[in-house]
Amino acid sequence: MSLTIRVQTADFSLADEYRVLAQDSRCGAVVTFTGLVRELPDAALTAMELEHYPGMTEHVLEQLAQQAQQQWQTGAITIIHRVGKLALNEQIVFVGVAAPHRKAAFAAAMYVMDFLKTQAPFWKQELTASGRYWVAAKASDQEAQQQWQRDA
Amino acid sequence: MVKVKFFAALRERLNCAELTLDCGPNETLATLRARLVDLHPSWQTELHDKDVLCAKNFSFCGWQDRVSAGDELAFFPPVTGG
Repeated sequence: MSLTIRVQTADFSLADEYRVLAQDSRCGAVVTFTGLVRELPDAALTAMELEHYPGMTEHVLEQLAQQAQQQWQTGAITIIHRVGKLALNEQIVFVGVAAPHRKAAFAAAMYVMDFLKTQAPFWKQELTASGRYWVAAKASDQEAQQQWQRDA
Repeated sequence: MVKVKFFAALRERLNCAELTLDCGPNETLATLRARLVDLHPSWQTELHDKDVLCAKNFSFCGWQDRVSAGDELAFFPPVTGG
């Protein structure tokens, strides 16, 4: 079953990615998640800059997709993550899962996102009117990942 | 020789993206980190930050993991993608 992993500066089309995931006649469910650059609560964000560790990023994402596919017996899984400079409202990340039924598709997509947040070597920098700031890791992301290990 | 890479805020604070080091016998990530601090004493605090993560050949690893010639190692802060 196909796994697609892409790390790219270019934007992506939800419609195109959906069309690929919806091709498998054994799959009656497609769940997609898209993450966007959003405003900050306490500072004017002008853009976000994303850096990653080429080689390791792809390796980690491939492993996550494989684990999700095996655990929930899904069909195709696509993970796209953008790097470089991204303006407010631009798309950052896409996770799409095709599966025979909705529960597996939802669970696999959530699993991939929760582990991507804490395992994939990407780093965000916020560009604001007052300067550039590296984003700090969130304890809530760590907890979301650990919840899967408790549930296992 | 081993290749060592640094990323994100850690790379900026050390002002170093990549270097190469000889690999001694019985080398681990911890002994290699100690040698880096010997070479660059000002890196002590940054490399011993409890949040710093390390990877060997594109997978997360622990400080006691063995290092062999030809390995690619990396040190970086907690990840913040997605």
